Amino acid sequence: MSTEWPLWEVFIRGQHGMSHRHVGSLHAPDAEMAIKNARDVYTRRNEGVSIWVVKAADIAASSPSDKGPLYEPSQSKVYRHPTFFDIPDDVGAM
Amino acid sequence: MYAQMVKSTGKGIKSREEMTDEERQFQDRVDADEKIEPKDWMPEGYRKTLIRQIGQHAHSEIVGQLPEGNWITRAPTLERKAILLAKVQDEAGHGLYLYCAAETLGVSRDELMEKLHSGDMKYSSIFNYPTLNWADIGAVGWLVDGAAIMNQVPLQRTSYGPYSRAMIRICKEESFHQRQGYDIMMKMAFGTEDQKKMAQDALNRFWYPSLMMFGPSDKDSVHSAQSMAWKIKINTNDELRQKFVDQTVPQAEYLGLTVPDENLKWNEETGHYEFTEPDWSEFFEVIKGNGPCNKERLGARVKAWEDGAWVRDGLMAHAEKKAAKVAAE
Repeated sequence: MSTEWPLWEVFIRGQHGMSHRHVGSLHAPDAEMAIKNARDVYTRRNEGVSIWVVKAADIAASSPSDKGPLYEPSQSKVYRHPTFFDIPDDVGAM
Repeated sequence: MYAQMVKSTGKGIKSREEMTDEERQFQDRVDADEKIEPKDWMPEGYRKTLIRQIGQHAHSEIVGQLPEGNWITRAPTLERKAILLAKVQDEAGHGLYLYCAAETLGVSRDELMEKLHSGDMKYSSIFNYPTLNWADIGAVGWLVDGAAIMNQVPLQRTSYGPYSRAMIRICKEESFHQRQGYDIMMKMAFGTEDQKKMAQDALNRFWYPSLMMFGPSDKDSVHSAQSMAWKIKINTNDELRQKFVDQTVPQAEYLGLTVPDENLKWNEETGHYEFTEPDWSEFFEVIKGNGPCNKERLGARVKAWEDGAWVRDGLMAHAEKKAAKVAAE
């Protein structure tokens, strides 16, 4: 059997001013074809103004079991949110 | 429901006491409507059942292009042709979204293709029926896509993240399919006597196969009970079939067409229609490979795959050569 085309992850900017968002993946022999295929598969109804493709194998991802060590530290730092501080009404909007 | 008779572990649901710690945590997440993502721990049965279900669904989208593709070159007007082309292209897209979702579970695209071609994996029974006249294209959009929507809308809430996201995309596009089908049916049903006859003929042939799409009653099935506990199946087959009949009968009446079921009647008490079950022996024959078009459909898929091999290989060789050249510079 011949080699399978590599998998690419597709990111699309939906509108001007927005960031690219992951929409799905597809197979293509190279980046150029991946963009062409992404156009056909993911933007048939005007869903985008810009496409990024990245080889799935090149993406490094955090592991679900790291959830605790990665995100727990930020949970205990409530003072990072503006609502932590009471500002008297007399001061006005801040 | 493009996935029929998907078997899970076959052992029934484990009680909380029987579950391992991991299984219990997993079930708690599912019960809390948390999405399960590809790298999360999941029971082997969940993974396997989902691969079968999503794979079968993807195959159905791809094989489903064939009965409609048959009419692209025969569409009555240029506008109808452009619309049908867009619809068939959507089906290809839906197949691709779903294959990608299945691949996140650790199966490769080529493996899925091989399993379709060897008959190891199935596609929906409905696509083994022929599209004989132009009104069939209307009936397919109205009834077949209508039945598909019935099942796909609740599946947007399925527990597996990539599957749920694929279903959300698909559902957004699917209502175009059903409406274009009904639009064809209106044109035919309100047209000449001959056109109306074609519309009735299409309804006659597609009614029962559409009811079969939901699969046989599974209220006592251990597979379905497990799939429902895992939230990869949301409603029973009978619930969805009833919903479909309730929704579709008034639409047929509007067209002035007769649903081919003498026992069809509105039940004031239950608030549902009573209807005749499809012939399940026919369904099992079609599933086994003995439907009117099984050989033709699978044959077309295998031929497309084999005839396209040199293109896939050529593009891969070109990409590798180009990459090597860049690396050497």
